[in-house]
Amino acid sequence: MSIEIVNVSKRFGDFVALDNVSVSIPSGQLTALLGPSGGGKSTLLRIIAGLETADSGRIEIEGVDATKLSPQKRNVGFVFQHYAAFKHLSVARNVAFGLEIRKRPKDEIRERVHELLNLVHLSQFADRLPSQLSGGQRQRMALARALAVQPTVLLLDEPFGALDAKVRKELRDWLRRLHDEVHVTTVFVTHDQEEALEVADEIVVINEGRVEQIGSPDELYDSPANDFVMRFLGPVTELGDRLVRPHDLQLLTGGGEPDAVPGRITRITRVGFEIRVVVAVGEQLVTVTLTRNEFLSLDLQVGSEVQVRVAPEVAATVGQPRLLGAV
Amino acid sequence: MASHPSTRTRRGPVTYLVRLLVIAYLFLLVAWPVYLVGKNTFADGMDNINGILEDPDIVHAISLTVQVAIIAVIINTLFGVGISLLLVRYDFPGKRLLSALLDMPLSVSPIVVGLALVLVYGGRNGWFGPGLESMGFQVIFATPGIVLATVFVALPLVIREVVPVLEEVGEEQEQAARSLGANAWQTFRRITLPSIKWGVVYGVVLSLARSLGEFGAVKVVSGNVLGETRTATLVVEEKYLNFDKGGAYATAFLLALVAVACIIIVSVIRPKEDR
Repeated sequence: MSIEIVNVSKRFGDFVALDNVSVSIPSGQLTALLGPSGGGKSTLLRIIAGLETADSGRIEIEGVDATKLSPQKRNVGFVFQHYAAFKHLSVARNVAFGLEIRKRPKDEIRERVHELLNLVHLSQFADRLPSQLSGGQRQRMALARALAVQPTVLLLDEPFGALDAKVRKELRDWLRRLHDEVHVTTVFVTHDQEEALEVADEIVVINEGRVEQIGSPDELYDSPANDFVMRFLGPVTELGDRLVRPHDLQLLTGGGEPDAVPGRITRITRVGFEIRVVVAVGEQLVTVTLTRNEFLSLDLQVGSEVQVRVAPEVAATVGQPRLLGAV
Repeated sequence: MASHPSTRTRRGPVTYLVRLLVIAYLFLLVAWPVYLVGKNTFADGMDNINGILEDPDIVHAISLTVQVAIIAVIINTLFGVGISLLLVRYDFPGKRLLSALLDMPLSVSPIVVGLALVLVYGGRNGWFGPGLESMGFQVIFATPGIVLATVFVALPLVIREVVPVLEEVGEEQEQAARSLGANAWQTFRRITLPSIKWGVVYGVVLSLARSLGEFGAVKVVSGNVLGETRTATLVVEEKYLNFDKGGAYATAFLLALVAVACIIIVSVIRPKEDR
């Protein structure tokens, strides 16, 4: 295990940021710390980097107890949400910073900087100042700067949070490809479940200072440990007393299947390739999502009488009835 | 003027009136009096300037003023940057009190500062004075006292320039440097100092101008001994009271010239928007 977090707690005044958190982060993987804002995930990342100190608990990095180490001795690369670019240094000097501090030979530094700028596709901007770069370019520079010192672990704090949606998506794909090339143990914080599901090998869901669940994206999505994880990782709707994903529901226009309940369509919304149908089952409004083709073949209109059921293949695997608890 | 175009920057008669008022105010209060000092200095050509530059006592006074100002600026810069970092980057009990205390030199009359320093460092009755003097170190009525008084009155100037810049720059660049392996000194020299550079330069210039011109506190602590502890500002007073107006204007002109030159040089070389 590359990073071992044992019983870590942290308070800011009365606010409990982390409550006795223990997590093991495996070597060489891309791990996401996922959770709502203010849930403690950034604090945990900053404690791993040594930028905050834990009130109690222990941090081990590659078998070394780092709890009392200062940030400059931990050999972690840290990437900030707002880039933290050194504004007075050129892009190349930014990337070279850690190597210059380590007093590496000039030739080696030049070569390594060149290599890294190629890796992040910024070679042609080597002599510019950070202020002359776009947000996405600045964040790639920050990433190259963090990678330059060959850190044991790479920590990214909401790295794409300050970027617009399109650039964010590009950088997300690019980060995944970069990780497949570089293989450094990487932990990134995000509140965007889509980002975590798409990029991460493993996801740690953190809420209100506690770990809710740890697992691969598939495990978390298909068998969430509790309602919070289920709600946070994707869309949900209620059918009777069950919490289900809207795309796991089926609409039937024909006669009564034994496990289906009757309802009437009250609303139809189209979002791109996806059709959202709201069905009133008694007092309850149930959302069902269909693909465009499914929707067309059923010939549905607002006011149509339909039957709703959990798709049989889903019901067999994860469809255990669940009491709707408080989240 | 029926078809008055609606310009983006509104320039009605009120705008011009306000401008006129501001210009007239500054002219009557600052520009005209300072100009008159210059005019009187050169009323007889270079006679007044040459007169003071040929008097060894006055040359000594000017060089004393410059030395004291430079020492005071160095002390205030080192101390000021340190205190600014302490105030912005660290939390400790009594921080607000310290911050308020640092403004005191601006609010207390320099003559009070002078008297207070005499009470502490005075050779006969001061707290430390007799002790220091028995060790052969005279403070009051000597150069150290003048430096002390000058440091005191110019104390907050660097701090008030640097603190807002430090606050605006934020802590993340420093944290990034730390995580890249830089120790505290490397972080300060390579990251913090370059980003607060212009704040420090501006603080230094203001301190220098203030230090060159200090009068009240220095008058009390220096003893005003001709050729030894008389500074340039004290020369101006002395000359003026002895009806040597030409000499007084010439010395005053030199003092003003250095201060104004500092501020002009900085505002010229300072980048427009330091981003």
